[in-house]
Amino acid sequence: MKKGAEANLYLADWHGRKVIMKKRLPKKYRQPALDWQIRTYRTIHEPQLMHEAKKAGVPTPTLFLIDDKKATIIMQYIEGKQVKQLLSEVSKSERQRLCRQIGRLIGKLHRSGLIHGDLTTSNMILRSDGNIFFVDFGLGEKTAELEARGVDLHLMKRALQSTHFQFAKDCFESVAKGYADVLGVEAAKNVLDKIREIEKRGRYVAERKGSE
Amino acid sequence: MKNKTGERYCLGIESTADDFSVGISTFDGNILANIIDAYVPPEGGIHPREAARHHSEVAGNVLERAFDKSGIKSKDLSVIAFSQGPGLGPCLRTGATVGRALASYLDIPLVGVNHCVAHIEIGKLTTGVKNPVTLYVSGGNTMVAAYDSGRYRVFGETLDIALGNCLDVFAREAGLRQKLGMPFGAVVEKLASSGKQLIRLPFTVKGMDLSLSGLLTAAVTLLAKEEYKLEDLCYSLQETAFSMVAEVTERAVAHTGKKEVLLTGGVAANKRLQSMIRAIAEEHDAKFDVVPGEYAVDNGAMVAWTGVLAFKHGLVTPIEKSYVRLRWRLEEVEVPWMQ
Repeated sequence: MKKGAEANLYLADWHGRKVIMKKRLPKKYRQPALDWQIRTYRTIHEPQLMHEAKKAGVPTPTLFLIDDKKATIIMQYIEGKQVKQLLSEVSKSERQRLCRQIGRLIGKLHRSGLIHGDLTTSNMILRSDGNIFFVDFGLGEKTAELEARGVDLHLMKRALQSTHFQFAKDCFESVAKGYADVLGVEAAKNVLDKIREIEKRGRYVAERKGSE
Repeated sequence: MKNKTGERYCLGIESTADDFSVGISTFDGNILANIIDAYVPPEGGIHPREAARHHSEVAGNVLERAFDKSGIKSKDLSVIAFSQGPGLGPCLRTGATVGRALASYLDIPLVGVNHCVAHIEIGKLTTGVKNPVTLYVSGGNTMVAAYDSGRYRVFGETLDIALGNCLDVFAREAGLRQKLGMPFGAVVEKLASSGKQLIRLPFTVKGMDLSLSGLLTAAVTLLAKEEYKLEDLCYSLQETAFSMVAEVTERAVAHTGKKEVLLTGGVAANKRLQSMIRAIAEEHDAKFDVVPGEYAVDNGAMVAWTGVLAFKHGLVTPIEKSYVRLRWRLEEVEVPWMQ
């Protein structure tokens, strides 16, 4: 169904259920020992994080089977639309509403010490009942560090800028609002300040070191 | 200005970091000269002021050699291009000064060129690719870029240090010596080729971006412990760092669906990295190309050629707006010739 950089997704039938089979196939370009390390680590950690996320109130697909020897996960197929597509199709107010909802979900993850690690709009699916499901926790981790939260939200910002550059700024503002709804204005501000610090650490940022 | 044959020329000046280079290109992309003079520090990394001093010392000579090689004279030029950024301030200013002086003296237009755009454009010119996902890895840059809606967009980049920088610092920490014609990256590559044992090092991919500073710290710490063979450390450092940039590249290829992958920058010379990126391209039925060495490192030809593209689309830089831009992001630049 989808050949990603990190894993391949297959739509399958599993005992009469429509499921997603996520297989982390060996990457030929990687040194075999490193390849195995990366694939098994992610196969074991991803389901743990998905489960924790669900407990934190963030919809994630139900897990059916984890096979670390084959680096394969079988999970519920979510019938819905990728937020990536939706954002360019809907009205401005609907876009703001969706982004705020996303911000709240990210806030719930962070409040429970979870980091998604790959917050892009293609990893979010809107189901017809209005729930937004987060998928692809392969790069996630469990930590409550401010730095990790900042990087996580910074990624969301970067993803909006590269895929939805026409309305990235507006979208991210709504995400930040939703985030503050859950974590409180003060805590949210700390994370947003951290994002600016992370951006300045990067290369070619005008305000870095206040130079020029 | 046209000479008798009607051919038009652009001279490009590159001086963003340790190289001072002058290239001359015809308006249809024929590179007539590409003279590169590299500053090799006696020890340590590049000191911007020392590198700039080198540039001002060799500028006249490099210009002269470029004219000799190309067989044209300064009066034959139609436009002057220079690397306006991003890069090291003192180095950029030296090149910009040379560019402004030439343009004013010859009374022809000046074009400020973005260094990263130039790397992509010369890569396309010399390999024939049209619309690639580009992995640009050098001492100062690590990014994955591809064209979308009027600009080259960054689909992934380092959150801290560049890949070449990571390898260079490790090599210096290990006491390796940079030889003439054999930069640190090549020294590490040679040692890595006889490494066997994979030592576990932090693998840090953060979504579309990556981080190399933690990897470098871990590698240098292990180096100081003297428990592992240097060959194995070089091998593990390369395997881990390259796998990270490879994953980010594959992600951009999968995301954009583009059918060409271009590898450029100084680190592009590394055979192991080439083989990894080639494997990714094959996996996604994309064509793989690596930019030839002379045009993959910092060079004046890429600036000249990008100057031609910009000039043809009416983009010129008035002298009063030709200040250098140290942190000029790739995404800020319109590339109308891609439409």
